[in-house]
Amino acid sequence: MHAALIQFIVIPVVKIAVILGVVLLVVAYLTFAERKILAYMQVRLGPNRVGPKGWLQPIADGLKLFVKEDLIPAKAEKAVFLLAPAMIMIPALLAFSVIPFAPATKLFGLLPKAIPPYVTDINIALLFVLGISSIGVYGIILGGWSSNNKFSLMGGLRSAAQMVSYEVPMGFAIIAVLLMARSLSLVQIVKAQQAAHLWFFVPGILALGIYFICGVAETNRNPFDLPEAESELVAGFHTEYSGMKFAFFFLAEYTNMLVVSSLATIMFFGGWLRPFPNVAWLSFLGVVPPVIWFAVKVAGFIFVYMWFRGTFPRYRFDQLMQVGWKWLIPLSLANLVIVGAGVLLVKG
Amino acid sequence: MGGPLEPLFDVEEMELSFGPQHPSTHGVLRVMLKLDGEKIMDAKPIIGYLHRGTEKLFETEPFPQCIPHTDRLDYVASATNNQGFVVTMEKLLGITIPPRAAYIRMILAELGRISSHLVWLATHAIDLGAITPFFYNFREREEILDLFEAYCGARLTLNTMRIGGVPFELPDGWVDRCSDFIDRFPAHVDEYEQLLTENRIWKRRTVGVGVISAEEAIEMGLTGPPLRGSGVKWDIRKVFPYDHYDEIDFEIPVGTNGDTYDRYLVRLQEMRQSARIVRQCLDKLPDGPVIAKVPKVLRAPEGMVYASVEAPKGELGYFIVTTPKGTKPYRCHVRPPSFINLQALPEMVQGLLVADLVAVIGTLDIVLGEIDR
Repeated sequence: MHAALIQFIVIPVVKIAVILGVVLLVVAYLTFAERKILAYMQVRLGPNRVGPKGWLQPIADGLKLFVKEDLIPAKAEKAVFLLAPAMIMIPALLAFSVIPFAPATKLFGLLPKAIPPYVTDINIALLFVLGISSIGVYGIILGGWSSNNKFSLMGGLRSAAQMVSYEVPMGFAIIAVLLMARSLSLVQIVKAQQAAHLWFFVPGILALGIYFICGVAETNRNPFDLPEAESELVAGFHTEYSGMKFAFFFLAEYTNMLVVSSLATIMFFGGWLRPFPNVAWLSFLGVVPPVIWFAVKVAGFIFVYMWFRGTFPRYRFDQLMQVGWKWLIPLSLANLVIVGAGVLLVKG
Repeated sequence: MGGPLEPLFDVEEMELSFGPQHPSTHGVLRVMLKLDGEKIMDAKPIIGYLHRGTEKLFETEPFPQCIPHTDRLDYVASATNNQGFVVTMEKLLGITIPPRAAYIRMILAELGRISSHLVWLATHAIDLGAITPFFYNFREREEILDLFEAYCGARLTLNTMRIGGVPFELPDGWVDRCSDFIDRFPAHVDEYEQLLTENRIWKRRTVGVGVISAEEAIEMGLTGPPLRGSGVKWDIRKVFPYDHYDEIDFEIPVGTNGDTYDRYLVRLQEMRQSARIVRQCLDKLPDGPVIAKVPKVLRAPEGMVYASVEAPKGELGYFIVTTPKGTKPYRCHVRPPSFINLQALPEMVQGLLVADLVAVIGTLDIVLGEIDR
């Protein structure tokens, strides 16, 4: 009884608390990273006043948003208006329950037996993440609709169309990975890459490109940031939101970036594996803990996100749809055929 | 099959008040939009939110004291505003200005043109979602404003020209500083071009958007880059040279298609040409006084006069009516380029999407200060 209590209650609760804390902290500092990276791309310094070299800036921002007046427009649909930020934040965080950051570990011998540091490994993890993240769009649509503001409404409509269209090629790109890994479990996908002596971005380079473009579109980031296109729709679906409710939308965007980057790392770059995991003379790379390898790869994707923002103008709505339907979907289908044929040839 | 589908539900156009508080109306422009989905069925600009009665104020001030009011018209390029007014007054009074004064005026006006175009590019790019050019542009604009500050103490509202010349001699070292900047400047324009000119998304957002043909442009009285983008070679500096522009060698860049992309290219070329003009002016800068001998109290003969200059936005004209021996304008009408150019907006955005509206507002490069006066 005692052992079961530890195994099923204590350990998961501790894991959830740690992961939630780390994820939220990382997300907060992503905003800081974005501001710093953009600043250096744009010949300026970025935040450098709060704390040493500006390192306390995200904390200060959080506090500021927390104590701000919480406005609800008089003619808003109150219940939905209050619900929307939660509806976008919760799915974003839920996705982390299945993302494997590292393999089972004894924490440098601190634990009697190795425990996996992720919350759970379910055999349909990938489907779970896709399903959960699709729920997030409700937050945007309902938030835009309930504000009773024309700009918000248009932002909500745009994001609905955008997310629905880009979900399709994203799914096809992911199927290509499934063909190679033959599993929907994220842990199994990583292990398959170790067994194959090959990270899947090599055969799946096209799938990676499609997946990441769709990922950028799904998270409403530049150059696909139309739902919140500041110069057109003021602030899009969250025009009427202020204070902590706005912060939820803001944090959810960064959390989703983190989810997309983590998935890209797991599916295409071998998750927590060190480079060339089976080459013996490179085993000194194993000194670095797997979770650090994972973080480095994710950081790489996050940087690309920010690089995009510093470089590209924004697509127009109809052009965005064109890119999705006329380019990405046929391309992802073709890729599926090629990868499928390849898998058939190699594995028989 | 074929033909438009019958809608299943009642549909109605959505009215959207775009502005006056909106991030991309460049001030306090308000556009009443009728939208079908995101498609613009009708756009009506509503102006007047920045009206300060400048033209009426002119009637209460002695001629030289009108100049500070001109600063506030197109407040991102005040040098050309000053120039327009003093050129008109000199035409009325028959004053010839010393060559050195004319050259200094041209340098200031062209620096002003560059800084105005930099503000245009910065805001235009940010409207289309590219945020980085903004900071590059403002870096160079800062240097120009520093040059202005070193010359006359002001950075934005310069009030730096007088009837008969310019108020100050160039300070020590100014010419070197200016020529150092102007030699570096074309390389900076290359930098902006690197980010945008061949960028696929930039081209998709601008090519074929807000097209206006040469005939339409002339009919509506457009001037400046919106006219030249349609391929009409019309520049007041060439066709009715004032100051000493006839002694300077420069070209008038023109576009071919009259779309947003061509106007973008035209303005970038104009920046390069302006840099060329400043370079030549600095090289040729003659010695001598910087202001002609003019009486302390200016008394104009009775009459009417119109003269115009090429402001960054287009033809900026002043029409001044005077009474016999009057010391103030009886009436002073300003022909601001932005006001005339703005009237092309409804036609240019007809049938486009909301996202194109901000592109077209950006490409017209309006400044509400001179629209509302």
